[in-house]
Amino acid sequence: MSALAEKPAAQAQSAAGLSATLRHARYVVRENPVTALSFGLFVLFLVSAVFGPWLVPHDPLASNTSAALQAPSARYWFGTDQLGRDIFSRVVVATRLDMWIATASVALVFVMGGLAGVAAGYYGGWIDRVVGRVSDTIMAFPLFVLAMGIVAALGNTVTNIIIATAIVNFPLYARLARSEANIRRDAGFVHAARLSGNSEPRILFTQVLPNVMPLMMVQMSLTMGYAILNAAGLSFIGLGVRPPMPEWGIMVAEGAAFIVSGEWWIALFPGLTLMLAVFCFNLLGDGLRDIVDPQRRT
Amino acid sequence: MSTDLAPPLLEITDLTVEFATRRGIVRAVQNVNISVGRGETLGIVGESGSGKSVTSFAAMRILDRAGRIAGGSVVYSGIDVAAAPESEMQDLRGREMSMIFQNPRAALNPIRRVGQQIEDVLIRHVQATRATAKEKAIAMLERVRIARPQERYDAYPFELSGGMCQRIVIALALACKPRLLIADEPTTGLDVTTQKAVMELMVELTRESAMSTILITHDLGLAATYCDRVVVMQKGAVVEEAPARQIFSAPAHPYTRKLMRATPRPGAGLRDLLPEDAPQEGAPQSPAAQARAGEPLLQVENLVKEYPRPSAASFAAKLLGRKGEDKPAFRAVDGISFEVRRGETLGLVGESGCGKSTTSMILMRLLDPTSGRVTFGGQDITAIPARDFAAHPLRHKIQMVFQDPTDSLNPRFTAARAIADPILRAGRMGARDEVRARCEELARLVGFPADLLDRLPHQLSGGQKARVGIARALALDPDLVVLDEPTAALDVSVQAVVLNLLEDLKQRLGMSYLFVSHDLHVVRLLCDRVAVMRGGRIIETGSAEEVLERPREAYTRELIDAIPRPPA
Repeated sequence: MSALAEKPAAQAQSAAGLSATLRHARYVVRENPVTALSFGLFVLFLVSAVFGPWLVPHDPLASNTSAALQAPSARYWFGTDQLGRDIFSRVVVATRLDMWIATASVALVFVMGGLAGVAAGYYGGWIDRVVGRVSDTIMAFPLFVLAMGIVAALGNTVTNIIIATAIVNFPLYARLARSEANIRRDAGFVHAARLSGNSEPRILFTQVLPNVMPLMMVQMSLTMGYAILNAAGLSFIGLGVRPPMPEWGIMVAEGAAFIVSGEWWIALFPGLTLMLAVFCFNLLGDGLRDIVDPQRRT
Repeated sequence: MSTDLAPPLLEITDLTVEFATRRGIVRAVQNVNISVGRGETLGIVGESGSGKSVTSFAAMRILDRAGRIAGGSVVYSGIDVAAAPESEMQDLRGREMSMIFQNPRAALNPIRRVGQQIEDVLIRHVQATRATAKEKAIAMLERVRIARPQERYDAYPFELSGGMCQRIVIALALACKPRLLIADEPTTGLDVTTQKAVMELMVELTRESAMSTILITHDLGLAATYCDRVVVMQKGAVVEEAPARQIFSAPAHPYTRKLMRATPRPGAGLRDLLPEDAPQEGAPQSPAAQARAGEPLLQVENLVKEYPRPSAASFAAKLLGRKGEDKPAFRAVDGISFEVRRGETLGLVGESGCGKSTTSMILMRLLDPTSGRVTFGGQDITAIPARDFAAHPLRHKIQMVFQDPTDSLNPRFTAARAIADPILRAGRMGARDEVRARCEELARLVGFPADLLDRLPHQLSGGQKARVGIARALALDPDLVVLDEPTAALDVSVQAVVLNLLEDLKQRLGMSYLFVSHDLHVVRLLCDRVAVMRGGRIIETGSAEEVLERPREAYTRELIDAIPRPPA
């Protein structure tokens, strides 16, 4: 019953909050064209991830040996690889897989790291110590080597790449959430919620967590780029995604062998796209930080 | 006056400052004219948002990036501040004009020894060489009356009290013997006795070297006590300018009169703080409340809260598993006893660190005491651990209004949601219409406009946020409300309204208040009885009149004497 009563208030609040946020977003984009550029790039990546297979001019998997290793031309915009597959089509179609790995791993670590961190920051004590030591242990390894190890141990699948990427990012999320929750632990509104008769877990979820979310969203955007790079890196060294599936990392790995013989385009274009994707998410994170940063809300 | 003979040191003419915000350009200061003569102390008084700080920031050209001087001129002894190159300004700041900020701890570098920070300024402005800097820094510490300056030279800001930090900031500001000192709320957040010491030191040092001072404050009493001339600002414009004595004896502008009226002072009652045209009638006392008045509601017996002191053992000794000799635990609350009767307001007074906040946290059952007993309505509430108290029926009967209205509201909850929170948790009402109706009723009770109920805290003013906090505390008809400096973060005119509201509500609903504060004037207005705390103990109790007019303890007298008193 009480949940029913909370709903309209929550809706009204989110509606008011949303329109204010939108107004502020417009202001930030106008003030900072680079953020607008990154939003544009993001939309472009989103479109190719969703509609890629229907938009591309060639079948990304169909080999055509008569057209192998052709330089970029009007017919093959990014050229063709050693099996005559169209690199442009493969780059576009690969967006979906790379985005899926990045999104899923970031979502996973957001839930795991966010919850662990908020609980550690709010309760302190042994939860804090356990979360802190687990984070330290993960941070003690070179992160990419750790990810390699996890994928090698768990098995060579896309799911395991997602899990490995999530694990190596865990400390970033846990520590951020911990510090944000920790400074709010003794805030006046948390005491007030206790006086209203809220139980501790309830305060954690309804009072503290929503206030930690904005910064976590920024962190998500910033780690998206890293997650894409990590997935591509794992594929590059032959872990995770297997040929002939189009994926940026593998494509760079395959093309690397041909650079010496002058076929630069095979590695260049997927690499460039990868760079652009990481670039886009990092800028997006900067823009988001400006949007949620109350200092900028004059 | 000297200003008639010599050109003023700082002349601000027709100054307009604009800030670029997402809602367009906002004029923070408009056509302001201020001049400061050599050796003169000028007070700029105004409430928050009056543009008093922005004016002084413009004078030093340290506006933040969104702000700019849009019109008028600032001339400092012949130099046009608005047009001067940045390198020249950097040279001026610190050497010619310097500033003291509101929060001394934030103004000091936390990881540098205070002596070194003074040296930095001296060396930057070529007032000392590396060889002589230390000696000069220690001399500076001596001038601001820091005891044992040789030792304090090596102290970090966190090792010093708030008052000491402010002395260091003053030492920093005066190190290069500037000719103009701007003090922006230098004593806000300090205890009254510390405030007195800091202000007197500042005045003495500036007089000694014939320095000009601008004192920016919201406290008319403070400005009138320590300044030669006072400028009153409202909404970015100067509304009145007069010698300090005159502004008190014959305030000309209605806004100045309103400010003066709202300032708690000896001889003024609670109703006297409101503007003359406000309705004067108090709320009728409910008969039920009257019948029960006088019965004891809350009894505190021998309450003690101890905190373990950090071990004295050195880091190396700890590594080897050796323990230092155990120091006795720190007693934040040291065996206090008092009672609050029904329908009564008890004031708990003391300076920061005296244990009054710890006491109120224990009474609110947010903290467990080390020993002692708290009986509420005949039931021992210390028997219920703090962590289980949230689910206890007595939870609703003891509520609190917090010190900072902004900090005590969840920034993501609307006003209605904040007020409804205790109602929803108590589960007394089911239907959403019923909860909403109760919220509206409470809003009416505290004078909060019902059409603002769906706003978020950052869309409300300070006074409105305070009302939301009060409505939330009243939502479950509590018997005892702890008021923890409920008006410390509010402007005086808003404070006057909120204090009257609290008194009306008490009359109407028959609650008891425990009023925790360091401001004796405010305590006198609201409280029936007063308990003075020092070092975790209650040193004096009695009726408000008795304690404030005829204090028995020297410490109480010291507290009363430290309140700035404008020249009569």
